[in-house]
Amino acid sequence: MSHSVPSHPQMDVQVERKFVPKQKDLGADVTWAKINKDVLKSLEKPRPVFWVIFFSALALFSFGVYCEVYQYQNGMGVSDLNNPQVWGLYIATFIFWIGMGHSGTLLSALLHIIHADWRKPIYRYSEAMTTFTLLTAALFVLVHMGRLWQFYYVVAYPNERWTWPNFTSPLVWDATAIGTYLTSSLLFLYMGMIPDLAICRDNARGARRALYRFLSMGWQGTDRQWANFKVAYMTMACFLMPLAVSVHSIVSTDFAVSQNPGWHVTSFPPYFVLGALYSGCSGIITLFIVLRYVFRFEAYMTQPILNKLIKMTFAIAMVWTYLDLIEYATTWYGSDEVAKADLVYRATGDYALQFWGMIFCAMVMPFTLLIRFVRTNYTTLLIISLILNVGMWLERFQIITPTFAKSHYPWLWTAGWWPSWVQWGIVAGSFGWFTMLFMLYCKIFPSVSMYEVKEMVHEQNMEEKAHATQAEVHEAGLLPEMEGGQA
Amino acid sequence: MKKSHTLALYADMDEAANALKELKSSGVSGFRMEDVVVKSPIDHPELSELLGPRPVYIQWFTLLGVLLGPTTGLVLIASAQASFIYQVRGGRPVVPLPPDMVLTYELFILSGVLMTVLATFVAMKLPGNRSPLYNASVSEDKIGILVKAEPQSIPQINEILGRHKPLEIMGDQAR
Repeated sequence: MSHSVPSHPQMDVQVERKFVPKQKDLGADVTWAKINKDVLKSLEKPRPVFWVIFFSALALFSFGVYCEVYQYQNGMGVSDLNNPQVWGLYIATFIFWIGMGHSGTLLSALLHIIHADWRKPIYRYSEAMTTFTLLTAALFVLVHMGRLWQFYYVVAYPNERWTWPNFTSPLVWDATAIGTYLTSSLLFLYMGMIPDLAICRDNARGARRALYRFLSMGWQGTDRQWANFKVAYMTMACFLMPLAVSVHSIVSTDFAVSQNPGWHVTSFPPYFVLGALYSGCSGIITLFIVLRYVFRFEAYMTQPILNKLIKMTFAIAMVWTYLDLIEYATTWYGSDEVAKADLVYRATGDYALQFWGMIFCAMVMPFTLLIRFVRTNYTTLLIISLILNVGMWLERFQIITPTFAKSHYPWLWTAGWWPSWVQWGIVAGSFGWFTMLFMLYCKIFPSVSMYEVKEMVHEQNMEEKAHATQAEVHEAGLLPEMEGGQA
Repeated sequence: MKKSHTLALYADMDEAANALKELKSSGVSGFRMEDVVVKSPIDHPELSELLGPRPVYIQWFTLLGVLLGPTTGLVLIASAQASFIYQVRGGRPVVPLPPDMVLTYELFILSGVLMTVLATFVAMKLPGNRSPLYNASVSEDKIGILVKAEPQSIPQINEILGRHKPLEIMGDQAR
């Protein structure tokens, strides 16, 4: 319902009667000094549950190491990998981790470019998530090779064998793209941290002080440094956007350029990119809730910010769902009978449980995000975000295993193949490895960007100041009075 | 003559801006606005405007990176393919340009990023030593104005800076 403002002769503005002011991303009690205090405190004294998570992750990682050593000593046979099941859980989990790593840097860069301020309290840990997921993913490339010591064969360098890697192979593209992404993400993370490392340096003692002094490299926050920093950070964000899209597109070519049924699909690159964003966003929600509690970041990781993150995750989930259904439709209405049989086998064969599990977890469960209770109850949301990621892991599993199990040649069919405990152990170990590294990072480095949250506070204060000035002008009768202070 | 430094700390950005404005219009001899440095916990473009133009050249290094990286990368890849003696290409080109574009593109990004980072460190003079008048509160919530000037101009400058409610004025003359 609207009404016109009659009091001013020069203006006839339609004003919404029920104006509801937007909820602010940060509370009014957040000050610059408080930001420093809270974030620095998180480096010293997290809640005791931090250690529970850390040592549980360490135990899981140790089990993974044991499995890897066992596989190394006894050969790949113990993993049950064999022709044609040569990838198994290792490559499925590799894609899962690469995908998880996508959202951190990509969303941070994208939201930075479009000046979406709500990214500021959450981008740092998201970027760290990217770095550690990429490090975790890289492990699986080594693990699935079996012969670890021959890894250098795939590295391009002049050698006595007079041979080079095949530069037209998607596997070489993959290694290069991931290497580029890891290097760039790490530099992006580090560059963004320099002003905060200087704050840590100014407040730390002992070994920590030496570490921060080394890493902050003498940052003083001068106007020249800020001017250069802003340009450099924006430039890097512009590079990282297309890079992130290219990385998962290239990962999809590992599949899409092959002739295997179910893989030779044109829509694979965008499907993989969206899948990566989807699982990454779910991962960011999971870590949001964990860090908020463990490091007492309630003042910075607020409900309005979480709402925006959830809305974005839901939108991405819907686009991913659309692309997934398009993939099935293309196969179903196409003329490739083997691919069609593969699709039917996925839905009704030995791996039907995983297929329908994926459909339920990744396609149906996102709709629960529309329920207000789910969005505002952190425990429920944590469980939902984990279920979404289980769905995305199952998606990677059912891309790989059913295709290998029933491909073109019946004499190579391995229907009902199931990975051994060694594979499961190494996969579990990777989750331990990631969690351990991530928690360690959050304990040593500020996981909330102090200077950028200060910028948010500064901008909020400026806005309030502008509103107050406007209100004063209204009171003085210079402008017509309007609800909500907006014309 | 060796120049001296003075650093004034402000709790309020408006006061710091007023101090800069007065400093700029004061006509005090023995210092230049280019030698005035603002130290702050966040970027303050509104203060930087008062200081005059502070050009940034990073983008030129980035341009150099994105030109050199892919060119060098493509030449290396193509020359490696051309010198690969154990190859059976079945009639296909020895140097296939379309698939080589994938790696060329990755090298375009990588060299662009590396050159940007390198240029940033050079431009920010990092790694470097902090100035002797550094105060840790500028990384928390204070704004510092550091002025480099002839020693005889420092009292006048301190007077101007002192008119705008500074929390503290420090100088290296006393040491």
